[in-house]
Amino acid sequence: MTNEELKQRIAQLCADAVCTDTQDYVLAEIPANSLFAVAKQLQEQPDTQFDYLYSLTGVDYNPELGVVYHLESTTLHHKITLVAKTADRENARLDSVCELWKTAELQEREVYDLLGITFNNHPDMRRLLLDEEWHGHPLRKDYSNPQLIVDLIK
Amino acid sequence: MTNTIANIDKEEDYFLNLGPQHPSTHGVLRLLVNLRGEVVKDLKPYCGYIHRGIEKMCERNTYPQIIHLTDRLDYLSAHQNNEAVCLLVEKALGVEVSDRVKYIRTIMSELSRIASHLLWWSAFGMDLGALTTFFYGLRDREHILDIFEETTGGRLLQSYNCPGGVMYDIHPNFQKRVKECLVHLKKKLPEYDKLLTGNVIFKNRAIGVGLLSKEDAISFGVTGPSGRGSGFSCDIRKLEPYSAYDKVQFDEIIRTECDSMARYKNRIDEFYQSMSIIEQLIDNIPDGDYQTKMKPIIKLPEGQYYQRVESSRGEFGVFVESRGEKNPYRIKFRSPNLANLSALDHMVRGQKIADLIAIMGSLDLVIPDIDR
Repeated sequence: MTNEELKQRIAQLCADAVCTDTQDYVLAEIPANSLFAVAKQLQEQPDTQFDYLYSLTGVDYNPELGVVYHLESTTLHHKITLVAKTADRENARLDSVCELWKTAELQEREVYDLLGITFNNHPDMRRLLLDEEWHGHPLRKDYSNPQLIVDLIK
Repeated sequence: MTNTIANIDKEEDYFLNLGPQHPSTHGVLRLLVNLRGEVVKDLKPYCGYIHRGIEKMCERNTYPQIIHLTDRLDYLSAHQNNEAVCLLVEKALGVEVSDRVKYIRTIMSELSRIASHLLWWSAFGMDLGALTTFFYGLRDREHILDIFEETTGGRLLQSYNCPGGVMYDIHPNFQKRVKECLVHLKKKLPEYDKLLTGNVIFKNRAIGVGLLSKEDAISFGVTGPSGRGSGFSCDIRKLEPYSAYDKVQFDEIIRTECDSMARYKNRIDEFYQSMSIIEQLIDNIPDGDYQTKMKPIIKLPEGQYYQRVESSRGEFGVFVESRGEKNPYRIKFRSPNLANLSALDHMVRGQKIADLIAIMGSLDLVIPDIDR
């Protein structure tokens, strides 16, 4: 499918989606509550077949928190990128896509660890890289490390 | 007391911590393995022992500074990682580099791939109890590291790429030494086959072990020689050619056996493909600038950028969200090893604990790339 066809398909699947072009791919911003449904359709429909999630990134858009899903079809060789954002910083929640792409399991744990977004229906929602007792989520823009070495020396 | 003795005979599950200081993990990775007798029921990876917060550090660094941090991700694919960041910056700014730079980058990437696969071959043999491979592999890898040292000044971490080209021109001896090295390797690689590939013990431990179907490889995002061992065509050099890969002839090595042996043979064949790529380029390096002049402070226009390259272990990607500043608003490195590790649990279920080591070796994990 060409980029224009992909945009039309996204508009059919979700009326509130906003599509923009970037240098590399079509970027579709999907409302958080319909992300899973759209992703499932994109994976299952025979003319889209997005079976490969090559990257999953958490971004602090300040004030919103978001996750960027880079998708590719290994059979049809087209690409699309989805973004879902949530405005709730205290209790940020998004739907997990583990069911659709197994690679998401560890990557969503990383997003939870570094940005503090909890994923609904994730089988094992724990920190991935940092210690279980770590306070805060370092990749948030408002993060300040309470235990800076400078403070410890004082 | 009697109860305790009775319990010894009862079949029970138990947990074994493999790592973080276990030689077979080749780094600091901890696997919590759930066992029944010798059979693995499942395992959970515990990462983060070498987490340095590289993505966080990159957010306050400028783009030329970031290149030096990417060396420290997958230190055996240092050159390819550098290249990914440089290609991204050049793409975002619309800078066209000279053919000379493209040729040099491609040759360096392929030399890195050979050096990386040599170390993998050494360590894989050692994981399975063949210590000789370690000496053979490292001996031959030295030749490539010497070439790197002469031109770039670095043996392991070269930081040779910079936005707009490469740091310095190639050393006058470069072409001569690369050709000598290829002659040497061509003599030695058949020895590798004799030593390990045909070995009966090795065959028994690799054939039919650690199966990963094509659907699972795609779903887990297993790329590189490991993914291609499951029939997943994922070579970025073919799918989205960058640098000089569109100017050379080479085959994408794909096998459909899906086992450890397929992954092993893929890497052995990649030696020959990489050497063929270098041979096609080494005598034809065009004249030209080795560096395009860039602005002293590089600022990417606002927007999202993504660049993927084929590193020694799979698809390495850089994602940048830019706000028009001299440092990225958010940068993410798509780690091939994290995706490969995620498939490990699926692959080892029902296998023996000794095969876990063999399967992990066939995936060729580099831990600093997982932890970042």
